[in-house]
Amino acid sequence: MTTTDYERNIVLSNVEYNVVGTRPVRPDGADKVTGRALYGADFDTSGLLHGKVLRSPHAHARIRSIDTSKAEALQGVLAVVTGKDMPHEADESDGTKYSRDNILASDKVLYKGHAVAAVAATNPHVAEEAIGLIEVDYEVLKPVLTAPEAMKDSAPILHEGLKTEELGEKTDKVSNIANHFQHVKGDIAKGFADADVVVEREYNTVTVHQGYIEPHGATALWNTDGRLHIWCSTQGAFTARDATAGILGVPVSQVRVTPMEIGGGFGGKIPVYVEPIAALLSKKSGHAVKVVMSRAEVFESTGPTSGSNIRIKVGAKNDGTITALQGYLAFEAGGYPGSPVNAGAICIFAAYDVDNVLIDGYDVVVNKPKSAPYRAPGAPNAAFACEQAIDELAGKLGMDPIDLRLKNAAVEGTRRPDGPAFPRIGCVEVLEAMKNHPHYSAPLGPNQGRGVAIGYWFNIGFQSSVNINVNSDGTISLIEGSTDIGGTRASISMQAAEVLGIPMEDVRPSVVDTDSIGFTAVTGGSRTTFATGWAAYEAAQDVARQMIERAATIWDVDKDGIELKNGVFQSKADPELKMTFKELSGQLLDTGGTVVGRASMNAGGLGAGGGSFAGNIVDVEVDPDTGKTLVTRMTAIQDAGKAIHPSYVEGQMQGGSVQGIGWALNEEYYMRDDGSMANTSLLDYRMPTSLDIPMIDTVIVEVASAEHPYGVRGVGEANIVPPTPAIANAVHSAIGIRMANLPINSVAIMEAKWKQQGN
Amino acid sequence: MPAKTYVRTIINGEHVDFLCEPRQSLLECLRDVIGLTGTKEGCNDGNCGACTVSMDGRIVTACLVLGVEAEGKEITTIEGIAKGSQLHPVQQAFLENAALQCGICTPGFIVSSVALLEKIPQPSEHQIRFWLANNLCRCTGYDKIVRAVQDAATKM
Amino acid sequence: MHWIDYASPHSVREAVDLLNEAGGSARPMAGGTDVLVQLRANALPDVNLLVDMKNIPELNEMTMDPEVGLTLGAAVPCYKIYGNKAIEHAFPGLIDCASLIGGTQIQGRASLGGNLCNAAPSGDSIPVMIALGGVARISGPSGDREVPLEDFCTGVRRTVIQQGEILVSLHFPAPVANQGANYMRFIPRNEMDIAVAGVGCSVVLDNGNIKSARVALSSVAPTPLYVKEIGDAIAGKPANEETLKLAGQMAKDAAKPITDMRGTIEYRKHLCDVLTRRSLQIAIDRAKES
Repeated sequence: MTTTDYERNIVLSNVEYNVVGTRPVRPDGADKVTGRALYGADFDTSGLLHGKVLRSPHAHARIRSIDTSKAEALQGVLAVVTGKDMPHEADESDGTKYSRDNILASDKVLYKGHAVAAVAATNPHVAEEAIGLIEVDYEVLKPVLTAPEAMKDSAPILHEGLKTEELGEKTDKVSNIANHFQHVKGDIAKGFADADVVVEREYNTVTVHQGYIEPHGATALWNTDGRLHIWCSTQGAFTARDATAGILGVPVSQVRVTPMEIGGGFGGKIPVYVEPIAALLSKKSGHAVKVVMSRAEVFESTGPTSGSNIRIKVGAKNDGTITALQGYLAFEAGGYPGSPVNAGAICIFAAYDVDNVLIDGYDVVVNKPKSAPYRAPGAPNAAFACEQAIDELAGKLGMDPIDLRLKNAAVEGTRRPDGPAFPRIGCVEVLEAMKNHPHYSAPLGPNQGRGVAIGYWFNIGFQSSVNINVNSDGTISLIEGSTDIGGTRASISMQAAEVLGIPMEDVRPSVVDTDSIGFTAVTGGSRTTFATGWAAYEAAQDVARQMIERAATIWDVDKDGIELKNGVFQSKADPELKMTFKELSGQLLDTGGTVVGRASMNAGGLGAGGGSFAGNIVDVEVDPDTGKTLVTRMTAIQDAGKAIHPSYVEGQMQGGSVQGIGWALNEEYYMRDDGSMANTSLLDYRMPTSLDIPMIDTVIVEVASAEHPYGVRGVGEANIVPPTPAIANAVHSAIGIRMANLPINSVAIMEAKWKQQGN
Repeated sequence: MPAKTYVRTIINGEHVDFLCEPRQSLLECLRDVIGLTGTKEGCNDGNCGACTVSMDGRIVTACLVLGVEAEGKEITTIEGIAKGSQLHPVQQAFLENAALQCGICTPGFIVSSVALLEKIPQPSEHQIRFWLANNLCRCTGYDKIVRAVQDAATKM
Repeated sequence: MHWIDYASPHSVREAVDLLNEAGGSARPMAGGTDVLVQLRANALPDVNLLVDMKNIPELNEMTMDPEVGLTLGAAVPCYKIYGNKAIEHAFPGLIDCASLIGGTQIQGRASLGGNLCNAAPSGDSIPVMIALGGVARISGPSGDREVPLEDFCTGVRRTVIQQGEILVSLHFPAPVANQGANYMRFIPRNEMDIAVAGVGCSVVLDNGNIKSARVALSSVAPTPLYVKEIGDAIAGKPANEETLKLAGQMAKDAAKPITDMRGTIEYRKHLCDVLTRRSLQIAIDRAKES
């Protein structure tokens, strides 16, 4: 099988490996191009029932009563559940109540689409008819939909028991503000006093969805032995297990989650939604129950990412030295606390080494679905604001926007405003790669503009486990717990293969259930190739150690005198004494049994590996008469540390870029005043089609992470951070108007032009 | 309950008869009745293309076809694209060009791309993007998909 | 979806009888790309019978006669229209809309007759079919009748079709010398979208002057909007920028849009101006080439 030749698009790397850095076909590829791969909705078992969920038509209401009797009487219906079937304990914490109520509301509904009841029936159409027979008596309340509105004293209150946490202290004030925190560095007043030039502006972003193509789906069987088995599409089998067990009030040992293939997640398939509902329906009916969401349910009932209100004030000296950075971030959490405002605050000024910084963050509940992670959660919102302000500052100073960023760029040792100092990072190298790219100096056509921006995502490490079994034919079976959203079976296998000196094709990876591997955290936070790949490296080292010992036994020499090099065990002293990995594998069963390598490790916390910087150069063309904006050229540059499988690194960069294009130009939850979303289909929620975008050029920058054995940095997320500001900056370059609100759609552009013309 | 309907079709070259309710889409029939789950549901209203199949030589979204309408039709799904154990050049090109990440849209893209190359053997980038605009992919940004179709075109 | 039954008649008479007997509870279906979506969204709670029109010969007719014009069966899917060389040559305006309704897969099913009967304000095929002077041929329990397309849609998703009636075919008069037509819409994406505003037009030129013109708009009123005044005003005028400006302004004035998720009143009216000028220019260019 051949692999396509690519033009070399990798800069800086100076380490070459045998397997790492090549582009083999992914191990799960054959199943995925033939339709054999089984995703969340594809699971089937005997006696399977189909569940449907009744959802609130109101964005904010109190539930007075629910009458399920007509639904229960319908032929073909085997179970009906409501919030009353949740194990609410008298002493449950707010957090537990919130997580249970988000699955099935108990007393209040907090967004349109909030689950209220569910039915299991012999056929999905019957289940749908049955939920139409459930009668719910609501006391409809006024909804509040944005953070600035919800923060007003006059706003409708979502949770009567929610007391604001103010700078780390619980207060007695009941409001929609769940939390206000600050990051302080230096003296902000002094920073602005030292500035010659100040830019200050307010920005708004709206709610957008991850937009994975596979709706959420899960099947649950609550068996007669009390054990609950769930087959679902999830970013983390263990997280799904633990969340479901917590919500249902059962020990984690009672729940087993088998992850099916997952059809996209981008963070949105970290929380559970239908898993506990399917479980309750199964418990009541005695059958396995499958619940699959519709597309409208995905939009209205799963976590999108937050809309936000952000204010930036930046001061600089005339020579371009930034003296002060101030940010105010108010994020919509959705119906329950927990927006990604903290992450946004970590990332907002991360690219800059500035002495005086003040950041205020607010987590605000509103009547929209509870927000969930979306690719670098919070960081794109933050960058949309910060990177436009920096661009505006460059304009005021008469500086090249990349030079301004280079002059103030964060480097190893720079202290992030939230505290930690950076280890080795590639901020400068990414900016230099942008500046050196031919795209940056290419001529522009009429009505075109060019913008740049840089973005940061801190990445996470966390827990991963890998087991490796050596097979007698010299292949290895690699057992892991990271669900494979984008080719990580390949990138994990390649790191094990590199250690053992065997071809990647000799690694047989399996993603297994929660009873079959040690705890492994979610596929998220750009951690899988970094952390589970690292665990594969360690497990392979364990295999190598054991096999060296075995060779030592066979040869009757000291193990310290044997090394594994390029897949051959050889005696350092006697060149005649050598065996290939395959030859030794064939002797294992007769010389003491098979070798099993293991690794279970914590690969670090937030900021593991130093995180990743990504930059964009974007050209847009704006139709002067209609405002329609097309991205005509886009170059994505990102620090991958070391690209294990460059094709899938490029794929992450291209995918994040195009999600960013959608976010910048067209995607939005178009909310009616009553709190309902008007555009709940993929026709009206306008994600980019193939015809809307150009090829996305990529430059992989490799500034090796000091932490990972191959220098890997996670690449899944940082790439979505710079597109929205880069596009806004490009639009400014094309039409001379700052677009401070997302989306920058044609209506917004024409209204801004009319406003400028005084119409 | 009213009666189901008996439907006779040819699916992936084989005679397949099935019983379905008139309200069941061809997509439901393929997945839940016949057991061909390679065809995926992403939106159930014709806007994502994940359920693309070929019916009498023309690609359609199976969610917008009733099972009963398939009477007498020849249908090709993703399961019928490879010839035995030999992948179709489009499937091979998707693998070699890393044109899939999560893979949920891949069956629809492959069925659409095969139909495109049968109609236009050497399509331009614009023709590829236009033809595939009814197939949404959220992972790849389409770049590698377009390249895979271009690559397959050179190998057919 | 609630239970529905399905019938597949093989003649116009059989279809009319089925629809008539069912009263209001039956619904004709051609490509199904709108009706199935509406059924799933519970928008048609009273419908319990779908009558499939695709197996009726008259509804699949596609006849191009240089004298009589084009007869297009109501169920002919888009891809057959843009795959027809004779239509492509004589009616490029129909090709414009047939090739942008939905995407490739939708065009394998959707028909212009279905698009018309769905009667959405945004129906992409309707403005240019009105501009081309199209006529709907309708059969019903009390016989056949013809309705000019500008009179066909009577409200949002409402048409002149009465109980038991079906749309059999669309008829377009053969193009005359120096005639050109076009459909142009504005959408935020480049495909797979609903028109924020759309313009269909047809012009006949006479030595650089506009001899006659017909302009219709979509997505800016409860029904597709035939703006007869534009044709009246620009007839006899030179085919130049000033004339196009006049037409654009008249389209803007005639439009009665609403503000919704796809656009604002002001923006849509503005688009009517821009698109009318652009679309007429293409129609004029085509007329010159014809």
